[in-house]
Amino acid sequence: MGQIKLNQVTKAYGDVEVIPPLDLTIEDGEFTVFVGPSGCGKSTLLRMIAGLEDLTSGKVAIDGADATNTPPAKRGLAMVFQSYALYPHMSVRKNIAFPMKMAGIDPEEQNRRIEAAAKALNLTDYIDRRPGQLSGGQRQRVAIGRAIVREPSAFLFDEPLSNLDAALRVGMRLEICEMHERLKTTMIYVTHDQVEAMTMADKIVVLQAGVIEQVGSPLELYHSPRNVFVAGFIGSPKMNLIEGEEAAKLDAHTIGIRPEHIDVTATEGIWQGKVAVAEHLGSDTFFHIHETGLAETITVRAPGEVSFRHGDTIHLTPRLDQIHRFDARGLRIE
Amino acid sequence: MARAVTQNRKIINTAAAWTVGLLIFFPILWTILTSFKTEATAIADPPVFLAFDWTLENYSVVLERSNYMRFLWNSVIIAGGSTILGIIIAVPAAWSMAFVPGKRTKDILLWMLSTKMLPAVGVLYPIYLIFIKMGLLDSRTGLVIVLMLMNLPIIVWMLYTYFREIPGEILEAARMDGAGLKEEILYVLTPMAIPGIASTLLLNFILAWNEAFWTLNLTAAKAAPLTAFIASYSSPEGLFYAKLSAASTMAIAPILILGWFSQKQLVSGLTFGAVK
Repeated sequence: MGQIKLNQVTKAYGDVEVIPPLDLTIEDGEFTVFVGPSGCGKSTLLRMIAGLEDLTSGKVAIDGADATNTPPAKRGLAMVFQSYALYPHMSVRKNIAFPMKMAGIDPEEQNRRIEAAAKALNLTDYIDRRPGQLSGGQRQRVAIGRAIVREPSAFLFDEPLSNLDAALRVGMRLEICEMHERLKTTMIYVTHDQVEAMTMADKIVVLQAGVIEQVGSPLELYHSPRNVFVAGFIGSPKMNLIEGEEAAKLDAHTIGIRPEHIDVTATEGIWQGKVAVAEHLGSDTFFHIHETGLAETITVRAPGEVSFRHGDTIHLTPRLDQIHRFDARGLRIE
Repeated sequence: MARAVTQNRKIINTAAAWTVGLLIFFPILWTILTSFKTEATAIADPPVFLAFDWTLENYSVVLERSNYMRFLWNSVIIAGGSTILGIIIAVPAAWSMAFVPGKRTKDILLWMLSTKMLPAVGVLYPIYLIFIKMGLLDSRTGLVIVLMLMNLPIIVWMLYTYFREIPGEILEAARMDGAGLKEEILYVLTPMAIPGIASTLLLNFILAWNEAFWTLNLTAAKAAPLTAFIASYSSPEGLFYAKLSAASTMAIAPILILGWFSQKQLVSGLTFGAVK
């Protein structure tokens, strides 16, 4: 079991309120991702759930029991840190054993779980090495192994992949997803990378300046962002946001259209502009278009075989049913 | 071309380092050499470097005339005692400053260090008088206390720097792993702090061993350590350079050997963990 409920929690450092009153429920077994730009309070929120950061006011409940003043050691949660935070003086085996030793699990059972975790995480060959003798990816596995063996009621991940290189990051992302499928344990995952959020989450919590902008499944956020911030933050490349005359035509202050929802041709379209940069990825081509009179740059995602070049004039046609409309406060108009 | 320049630079740097090193080491080398000369050769003009009749006579005279072992034992007790006492007081102090810093922690650290800028002689009178009143004059206990107090700022400062280098996330990880304060200190903090504590111990032992101001001024015969042993050979009548050198060599030998074997620890201690 691992339901986590935040009730009117706040956090202030002196006079600076980093998290205004906030309510959130994370259901048992859910993979929840906190995402937002750096400094938005997502890590602080996670650390408040962990108990590493005191609440200024409000309540945290784990499985229905008030845990607001429970020390981190007694909350039954496991955490994986960005810096891995392994014990440098202990071997991999002892690192993984440490939480079980603290819980007083008998040595035979400890060994059984260590072997199982090492096997699942491909650490068997390194089990007697120290963290200093391991690569970044291996260290991250040890940190995950240390979290798994104690069978926590929820896992907390604080940007666990940001110190890894791109290829390794994709691999570890899949492993964590598979682990979630297998264990069905509640996981809370903090990241600033919206691709990680989209690919991993059951539920995404978008934060800005300590405020929850929207909570929903990845596709809900993609298809119906509640406001301009979420619209711009979720999706890659970013949604094009257009203000002024074009928006007014549709009775909105701002309209948004995703790069993949604009069609390009050489001859005819509703808008026109000049190609500033063409990024050819093979499968897709991204065009960054200037001189449209709409916004500084309009980004378009076209199939890989479309081959306009720098300086070409092209015509754009947005798919009208895919346009998002926002009012002057930035809120979505249905 | 760039390569040649670097090569030249390297040679110049190496030569400069050796020159400075030899200059610093020369007085010690000269002392050791002089200790094997006769009194006459010791003051010969021009000085003789290596081509003289080597003799152990000075050592036997010195050992005969004074009780070397008693001075040595006093040095061990005073240096060891003050270092251990200092560590016992400094570990909790540095600990709390590193892990639960307050608003004024930095100021306190600077203030502690500033006490080292006071010339020792400025407090000689008060301390001398206190020692007379308390009956601590010429006692090992008194010297242990004084040397501990003199070195405490450095011990605290060094330990503070070491403790600060232990990443906070590791302690948080221990807390998440179910460790209470006791387990956190026992299984995580202490093992990680041991190298730092060891080099602090070593450096302070050497500082206390070499300390000559207080050990000379506050002792007479009973508690006199090796510094007093050397001083007893620099008589105003002079002309006992060879014996003085023999005494000096015997006094610095233990600490030279200790220093030699613990070079690595010492260097990391002296650079205050700046190079990792």
